[in-house]
Amino acid sequence: MNVHLVLFLAFGAVCVAGAVNLLAQRHPINGALSLIAVMAALAGEYLLLGAEFVAAVQVIVYAGAIMVLFVFTIMLLNAGVEERTKGSRVAVLLGIPGLLLGSILVGWVVLRHSGTEAVAAGALPGDPKAIGQLLFHEFLLPFEITSVLILIAIMGAVVLASKPATSPAGKVE
Amino acid sequence: MVPLSYYLVLSGFLFACGVAGFLIKRNIITIFMSIELMLNGVNLSFVAFAAHWHVLAGQVFVFFVMVVAAAEATVGLAIIIAVYRTRETLNVDQVNLLKL
Repeated sequence: MNVHLVLFLAFGAVCVAGAVNLLAQRHPINGALSLIAVMAALAGEYLLLGAEFVAAVQVIVYAGAIMVLFVFTIMLLNAGVEERTKGSRVAVLLGIPGLLLGSILVGWVVLRHSGTEAVAAGALPGDPKAIGQLLFHEFLLPFEITSVLILIAIMGAVVLASKPATSPAGKVE
Repeated sequence: MVPLSYYLVLSGFLFACGVAGFLIKRNIITIFMSIELMLNGVNLSFVAFAAHWHVLAGQVFVFFVMVVAAAEATVGLAIIIAVYRTRETLNVDQVNLLKL
């Protein structure tokens, strides 16, 4: 057992535990916190793969900005414990064996038939300089298009979340 | 040195958890968080393949996925707020106006 495998297993265990906890918890704020744990552990996995810039962006944007937005919305709407509704019994009877069978099949195929070449930690220069070179030369057009997308998303969020002016006098509440 | 397939199995597990949460959860915010979990699982396989094939473009794609996820989260949460304002509930079973 070398140290990379140990670190991979440690971060992977946190990821798996957080993902299962997201399914198990009934209150959305607990789900949000376990999702933050998953994202932080994934940042560790990215560091193991040599992707430093992606790991930093994962922590700042995903675990920081996006999850703050989620937690803020949960608190704003005062979301309570979710109500259980009975699903169909056919889904349970067929779904759970199908899920087990499918996951065993996929895991067996991936572990058996994909090349067992190892991913060397830090083999790839994933520092911000190399990423920036690629981003502003080869991927310049997609980069500019995403900036337009962000602008449209901001305007859409403002339009959707603002209260509609109901009174004919134009009184804004 | 960790085999590539380990990363792919972890990525697939995260994606499967996201799909399961999307299907079995009834709170609209939790469903939305399951979508984020699916995106994270896909991101992990992007980075693992980028390191495996020594192509840095995979990491740039993860960057783009994060940007799109941020835009999606913004608009989606605004829609959730609008739904809550009109329906007074977060349970997707009670948001069934389009159901036949």
